[in-house]
Amino acid sequence: MAAPDGRAPVVAVAGNPNTGKSTLFNRLTGGSQRVGNFGGVTVEKKEGALRLDGIDAVAVDLPGTYSLAAASPDEQVVLDVLTGRSEGTPRPDAVVCVVDATNLGRNLFLVSQIGETGLPIVVALNMSDEAERKGIRIDAAKLSSRVGVPVVPTVATEGRGLEALRGAIASALNDRPKFAVVPWPESMEEVCRSVRAKAGGVLTEAEVHRLMFDIGSDLPRRIGWLGAEPALREARETLKLRGMDPVSFEATERYRHLEGLLEGMSTRPVTARARRGYAVDRFLTHRFWGLLVFGAIMFVVFSSIYWLAKPLMEGVVALFGLLGGWAGAALAGTPMLQSLVVDGVIAGVSGVLVFLPQILVLFFFIALLEDTGYMARAAFLMDKVFSWCGLNGKSFVPMLSSFACAVPAIIGTRSIEDPKARLATILISPLMSCSARLPVYVLMIGAFIEPTYGPVWAGVALFAMHLLGLVVAIPVAFVINRFLLRTRPLPFVLEMPPYRRPGVRDVGLKMYRNAMEFVVRAGTVILAFAILIWALTFFPRTEAEGVSESEARAAQLEHSYLGRFGKAVQPAFEPAGFDWKLTVSVLASFPAREVVVTTLGIIYNVGEAEDSDSLLRERLAAASWPDGRKVYTPWVALAVMVFFALCLQCGSTVAVMARESGWRWAAFAFVYMTGLAWIGAVAVYQVGAGLAA
Amino acid sequence: MSLAQLSKDEGGRVLSIRAADVALAQRLLAMGFLPGAQLRIVQVAPFGDPITVELNGWRVSLRRSDAASVDIARV
Repeated sequence: MAAPDGRAPVVAVAGNPNTGKSTLFNRLTGGSQRVGNFGGVTVEKKEGALRLDGIDAVAVDLPGTYSLAAASPDEQVVLDVLTGRSEGTPRPDAVVCVVDATNLGRNLFLVSQIGETGLPIVVALNMSDEAERKGIRIDAAKLSSRVGVPVVPTVATEGRGLEALRGAIASALNDRPKFAVVPWPESMEEVCRSVRAKAGGVLTEAEVHRLMFDIGSDLPRRIGWLGAEPALREARETLKLRGMDPVSFEATERYRHLEGLLEGMSTRPVTARARRGYAVDRFLTHRFWGLLVFGAIMFVVFSSIYWLAKPLMEGVVALFGLLGGWAGAALAGTPMLQSLVVDGVIAGVSGVLVFLPQILVLFFFIALLEDTGYMARAAFLMDKVFSWCGLNGKSFVPMLSSFACAVPAIIGTRSIEDPKARLATILISPLMSCSARLPVYVLMIGAFIEPTYGPVWAGVALFAMHLLGLVVAIPVAFVINRFLLRTRPLPFVLEMPPYRRPGVRDVGLKMYRNAMEFVVRAGTVILAFAILIWALTFFPRTEAEGVSESEARAAQLEHSYLGRFGKAVQPAFEPAGFDWKLTVSVLASFPAREVVVTTLGIIYNVGEAEDSDSLLRERLAAASWPDGRKVYTPWVALAVMVFFALCLQCGSTVAVMARESGWRWAAFAFVYMTGLAWIGAVAVYQVGAGLAA
Repeated sequence: MSLAQLSKDEGGRVLSIRAADVALAQRLLAMGFLPGAQLRIVQVAPFGDPITVELNGWRVSLRRSDAASVDIARV
């Protein structure tokens, strides 16, 4: 059957979190998934082809929620899609409601709310094996006849019951089975009808129910109903007078109705068996052992991102180096095209793909931590540490990852449901000292700290640089949370699912989806940045005759738009003790901070000798101002390091931030971090100058 | 007394949800914190907060500040 307008039927997959909904969706759609966002919000939308017997449908995975209350962006999206108000997603023709068979009552609460939208429903009674192990037996046929819609027992992890489910969905598209809705009292329906009339008839019955019950709902604003506030207040007053508390009436009445429907449907769980899935919790959330295990797991995650991804990243760089060499030789006749292809395009693509190993490794661990149920425990353990400054226990994994690289970390914040905590985590992640800052620290410490003060102070300086970002991030998070993100945080009410074995297929698909999305969406922006920067250093051309190649490169950089710009803004960096060469190098490293060492090499005319590192250190040590003072003192070196520690010199991070939170927040992060970096560098240099005087 | 005042391994029966924060109250109600529901504190986080509550055979963790809006009778 096709939908009325001839398009393929759309089947939404809804359900509570931790019901195996994603696993079921993955099983139903196979690998044919597309990822994006729901219209206008940063809530992930997964779509896939759903082949039913003779029907080609489209399945849409909705975010996991406990109700349609629309208090969180996730709930808002579910309500919008089901009522046909989500931009870019047609109203579904049927809904597959995935319920956890071990917890039927709470799961059917959402199903019953969805039932009121009037959409045909098929219930997938998932985890029916786990229920059986716990001693819960459910008579699916009897339940089906009670609730009025097909109920299909499934075990998504093993693919059991899927054929029956496909069949039930196919018939539901024709038969349009309706869930047994709550028989609301006439005294309430009367109030609802008057509200509906006042709203001008644009609302469905289900939406009016949501409006009445969900105090603080965003719905009136979005349908442009200006008189909603007084009308709803009056309606709720009337409800209260008639003995129906608007806050609790829906829940108590709905649960009472469900209790009636479920009467005699299932056996009670055997308590001892029911607790089995939680047995290790005593250990894993213990105040000593729990924290120890947490630390160990996080250590494994971090060192894997750092060390496991490293050879792969080097492989990507080497591969593109080879490709660049080959392309360079092939295009030797046309120098400009050669430079565009080698230094712009190939370097740019390499700069995108180099992040893939870290993203894949991070999402391997995130998928594992989420699907086993450990992520919820990590959030539980760390909540007290993070919540006071507006972060979330789940912020820990991204923040830790950003010590390796902020790009996978920012994508990894998708595991944080609370939009406010997620945004705060995104905004402070780039402050953590990532591995690309290390070359700058090594150069500066090696040239100006270690020779004078010895290896101990060199170590202290390196450690201090890594600590600096973290120390600054905490007050920054507090300020952002307190003064910039005015919306209310979501209450921390987090289900602790029993520990479960993750499925290989689900972990693999999560890694694949996130990696692909990065390449397609953020990758294009990163590539564009790379080509832009190439152009700024390549033009305008200067033709130096009779000089060495490295001298010609230094002259070209000085002559280019970037070099001219660097000289022009140098006065702004004067208070930090930066000369024009350092300023140009700092500016050139805004797209990617790790290039600063290369740029300094070019600008100080070091060339590509084998001892280029020590040669660069010598040249830096010898550099002097026109009046003969040395440019680099230990204080200038420290100012440079502080600048790099705090500055958002990474086009890839900016592009990913823009992708995950919008350009405005990306611009904000860029401005606040550059500001902090400047203030930090100036403060260090001025203190140093004061001490020396 | 409120749920926030219970210690580990203590149980109670929900009397009502006090709606200081309506969104929180509705979320708790939707999750089954209804009058009459039996619950028990099964875990307390290492720094004393949040707590994990067992309710109708499943577990949910919440902060003590939020748990304070659940009125209970000790069982």
